[in-house]
Amino acid sequence: MCLGIPGEIVELNGDEPDLASVAVGGVRRMINIGLLEGEPLAPGDWVLIHVGFALSKIDEREAADALEFLESIGQAYADELDALRAAAPE
Amino acid sequence: MRFVDEYRDAAKAQALAAEIASRCEPGRHYKFMEVCGGHTHTIYKHGLEDYLPETVTLVHGPGCPVCVIPMGRIDDAMAIAEQPDVILTTFGDMMRVPGGHGSFFDARARGADIRMVYSPLDALRIARDNPGRRIVFLAIGFETTAPSTAMTVLRAEREALENFSVFCNHVTIVPALKAILDSPDLRLDGFLGPGHVSTVIGCRPYEFVARQYGRPIVTAGFEPLDILQAIAMLLDQLGDGRVEVENQYRRVVPWDGNPKALRVIGEVMELRPYFEWRGLGFISHSALRLRDAYARFDAEAIFDVPGHRVADPKACQCGEVLKGAIKPWECKVFGTACTPETPIGTCMVSSEGACAAYYNFGRFTRTRVRSSAQ
Repeated sequence: MCLGIPGEIVELNGDEPDLASVAVGGVRRMINIGLLEGEPLAPGDWVLIHVGFALSKIDEREAADALEFLESIGQAYADELDALRAAAPE
Repeated sequence: MRFVDEYRDAAKAQALAAEIASRCEPGRHYKFMEVCGGHTHTIYKHGLEDYLPETVTLVHGPGCPVCVIPMGRIDDAMAIAEQPDVILTTFGDMMRVPGGHGSFFDARARGADIRMVYSPLDALRIARDNPGRRIVFLAIGFETTAPSTAMTVLRAEREALENFSVFCNHVTIVPALKAILDSPDLRLDGFLGPGHVSTVIGCRPYEFVARQYGRPIVTAGFEPLDILQAIAMLLDQLGDGRVEVENQYRRVVPWDGNPKALRVIGEVMELRPYFEWRGLGFISHSALRLRDAYARFDAEAIFDVPGHRVADPKACQCGEVLKGAIKPWECKVFGTACTPETPIGTCMVSSEGACAAYYNFGRFTRTRVRSSAQ
């Protein structure tokens, strides 16, 4: 729950500006980007996601480091990814 | 030292370790608390303590939200789950936390409809899909997850959903830090500030640690090098006679936090007069509840919640672990009666709990092996 997972913005949602399609841990899913006010996002940008919400915009290098770290911690990350795959907000 | 073998930046880590050693004053002992459960996880996973001189001790703090929930609140959530038509939803981390009547898995086996969700938005979807049921989201977490809960309540309001509510257990980090600083049995030389919480609240709220308590605090990232670097920064401050708030995790944490996240928390939630923390007892203004304007989404206003205080099992020493007064392996039941499979206390449940981290990464065994070999 406390893990921040990096995701890459794939597509913004014109009808629902709070939502974006993001590639994360090898899957695509919708997340809420409504907390990133005043941070213009575009496909290809990286965000750190907590419980389905993007909390901060990060650069690609930080995203790579964060992913490497998550992979190193093993089970907790696997569990979080499973939960994320099973869920589909919106 | 698995860190040396596995981590690509082992050379950098060695260099930082040398720097840390050179910054320690001879004969002086340093005790730093890492507040965040994520840091605890990294420290054990990578055996970071092996990189520190023996005069530098890391103490694990209360920054694991699952760990600080008192048993009474678990029982309250269970009482809600057992009411007619209720579907209780919560994060997977919560499922094995023991209450006075077992865990949520046990309650589910008794017939309660309790479901794991990844996001509060998933709970909202369950509410939309089940108009005849009452969906309660058991919300926990520090400021990292509170904005998500607040956004979800706002969305439920916009959709005029009438069958969705939140059992709010969000806690705030600053009063917990104060409680630890006021605790007479613990003398700390500085803090590693939490990473993700600070993404939301920024670094400014920690200024009291430096100003009122004269202790340095460095907000740190989660990778091994981040933590070693933050420790070096703390030692630097102490060596220079400085006491400041510094941000090692600048690549993610803005000094002022996330203003929108803070705004939605403030819009939907307010501070409770007091809240019980496992191990730390009742702390004033340390947790959030929904504002009256959102009472129709507040499970505590909708359901009859027992609200009884439940004492922790006598054998359980999570309280002392959470305050940093003892190390996980010093607890009487650690690894024997209390394991991740059959936890007695919360610190053994969450992967970010100090006990589970110790247990899972074999520090206990290694420490024992080392000490018995001496």
